Amino acid sequence: MSTSAIPRTAPREGGARTGAPVLEIRNLSVDYGYGSDPTHVLRQASLTLHRGEVLGLAGESGCGKSTLAYGATRLLPPPGLVTGGQVWFTDRDGTRSDILALDDAALRASRWRDMAIVFQGAMNSLNPVFRIGRQIADGILAHSPGMSRADATERAAAMLEMVGISPDRRRDFPHQLSGGMRQRVMIAMALSLDPQVLIMDEPTTALDVVMQRQIVEQIAELRERLGFAVIFITHDVSLLIEIADRIAIMYAGEVVEEAAAQDVYRRPRHPYTDALLHSFPPLRGPRRELGGIPGSPPDLARLPTGCPFRARCAFAFDACAHVVPELAETGVPGDAPFRRVACLRHDTRSVVEAGFDPQPLPEELARR
Amino acid sequence: MKFLTRRLAFYVVTAWAAVTINFLIPRMMPGDPVTALMGRMQGRIDSSAENSIRVLFGLDQDTNVWQQYVEYWRLLFQGDLGLSFTFFPTPVADIVRQSLPWTVGLVGIATIIAFVLGTGLGMAIGWRRGTWADALLPITTFFSAVPYFWLGLIAITVFSVTLGWFPSSGSYDRGLIPGWSWEFVGSVIYYGFLPALTVVLASVAGWILGMRNMMVTVSSEDYVTVAHAKGLPGRKVMFGYAARNAILPQISSFALSLGFIVGGTLIMEMVFSYQGIGYTLYQAVSTQDYPLMQGCFLVITLSVLAANIVADFVYAALDPRTRQEA
Repeated sequence: MSTSAIPRTAPREGGARTGAPVLEIRNLSVDYGYGSDPTHVLRQASLTLHRGEVLGLAGESGCGKSTLAYGATRLLPPPGLVTGGQVWFTDRDGTRSDILALDDAALRASRWRDMAIVFQGAMNSLNPVFRIGRQIADGILAHSPGMSRADATERAAAMLEMVGISPDRRRDFPHQLSGGMRQRVMIAMALSLDPQVLIMDEPTTALDVVMQRQIVEQIAELRERLGFAVIFITHDVSLLIEIADRIAIMYAGEVVEEAAAQDVYRRPRHPYTDALLHSFPPLRGPRRELGGIPGSPPDLARLPTGCPFRARCAFAFDACAHVVPELAETGVPGDAPFRRVACLRHDTRSVVEAGFDPQPLPEELARR
Repeated sequence: MKFLTRRLAFYVVTAWAAVTINFLIPRMMPGDPVTALMGRMQGRIDSSAENSIRVLFGLDQDTNVWQQYVEYWRLLFQGDLGLSFTFFPTPVADIVRQSLPWTVGLVGIATIIAFVLGTGLGMAIGWRRGTWADALLPITTFFSAVPYFWLGLIAITVFSVTLGWFPSSGSYDRGLIPGWSWEFVGSVIYYGFLPALTVVLASVAGWILGMRNMMVTVSSEDYVTVAHAKGLPGRKVMFGYAARNAILPQISSFALSLGFIVGGTLIMEMVFSYQGIGYTLYQAVSTQDYPLMQGCFLVITLSVLAANIVADFVYAALDPRTRQEA
């Protein structure tokens, strides 16, 4: 989606943190397959979402973006299995709970009220045999024991109106709506209990460019009004640069860089981020060379030793084959204090500890 | 409303075609019913009576096929299906009227039990796939895989001959007078239990398998994940979201099997000497009783149609996508 390469709003310089953490994913690991040799799809992924911010999660297909979202909400379909980590949710009154440790009843009560999800497939997210108003009301009723069905239906109609769908369409069935409208219904449904976190898993993938823009603008506008935090999952980096406050880049089941959106765009620190940014053309600003990323992501069942990106990396050196890079501060002095990157070019200490000669930081990864 | 009238019009046309074909087929068959009857009686009817039989059957009038066709429809609307050769001179309509309730009652109830039981079990097994409950599948599939007549004979051997719990044949105690008394109804249930049991055993596996597989398929649909994410109680997700969609193909199969109830239980009725329409059809075929065959076929065709109408409307009520209302 090239149109979104033009920043629509004033760039959020420095990526000011909007509030205290609302969701902290700590060392989340997910395996696929039960046998003796499961595939480690997500390895020690950590993310922090602050109150009211938009956190973008980007990466190639199969890098574990969606698995991270499903794992953190305990919605992983079999044979997926969360093998480790914590997901701390901080409520409005400051109480913290580990979602992965909740019992069934507490988890059910927490879902949708604390954290709602909009899924990838707008077409299949709605039950084809129920009217959409009823489906929105279902979620409301499940969390408001005393509420009458009439009140819930009224609230559903109000939610529909909020996303720009006429309230009398609540008696429609999903097949009577267009793809864009269905996704709006999903957004209305997700916001019906005023959640604090909204996870959007490629919410605009199945829609055309015009509809993508409308939906994205609507989400941005609703966030301003209602103040929820968003995890926005997509492979469309240019879209993220525009709408996200912070961006986390994932590669082969790990978070490799986490920084403010404009920092990621103007001052990438990880070679993968840098290559990703060179794979779509900017519409404004200085000309730069367009290049793809050679090779393809590694087979997660047979990961190479050391850094998983090294086979495709222009800056790989001998230590990369032996030392697994960890998410740490960048090697560029003056960077924002919370910037994190997983690259040995930045982490000279680990290189020296493993007995290799540290290599200087190339100019491409140290832009200011 | 538009949907209803359109479907009804379709079924009226189908019924007309079925009746017309039913009228034409015997007329295209070689042979002469009078000679056939004389032959079967093997000389007990004097050859001079041939002409009187011809008059009796109404074959003396020299009418063309069109006149016969109009007459056929006229008699059909009066419920007159002609006279049976085998049970001469009993009207075919009477024979059908006597045997049909037995089949519909026994096999109908057995099919409904099998459907409800199988769909319920399939739903539970599909919802908890990969647990011990899956072991139920091969057991029930075994009963549907063995030939039905064998299953029936084994049931008779075990439950009526060896254990003596149930009668081996018949449909009620012959010492009772048919009527709506408790005693008679109890006797009918007692006699019908074993045949019904074998029908349920033989067909339940199909329902379980069909429902289980649909449950597994539907469970991985996004809207079921959304229902979980909404924090709905597990039972509500299972019934309202998963099973509600998984049952739709089951409804079509159920309608088809309802249609086959009337004609498809020949073997059961033979094994248990049950006085249903399948048994009657068998007798009609083996004695070349064309009017009776024709009557049976007509009843079977119409009941398949009726079952389809019911299924169509139930399906439309359950699945909004099939109602084409603008």
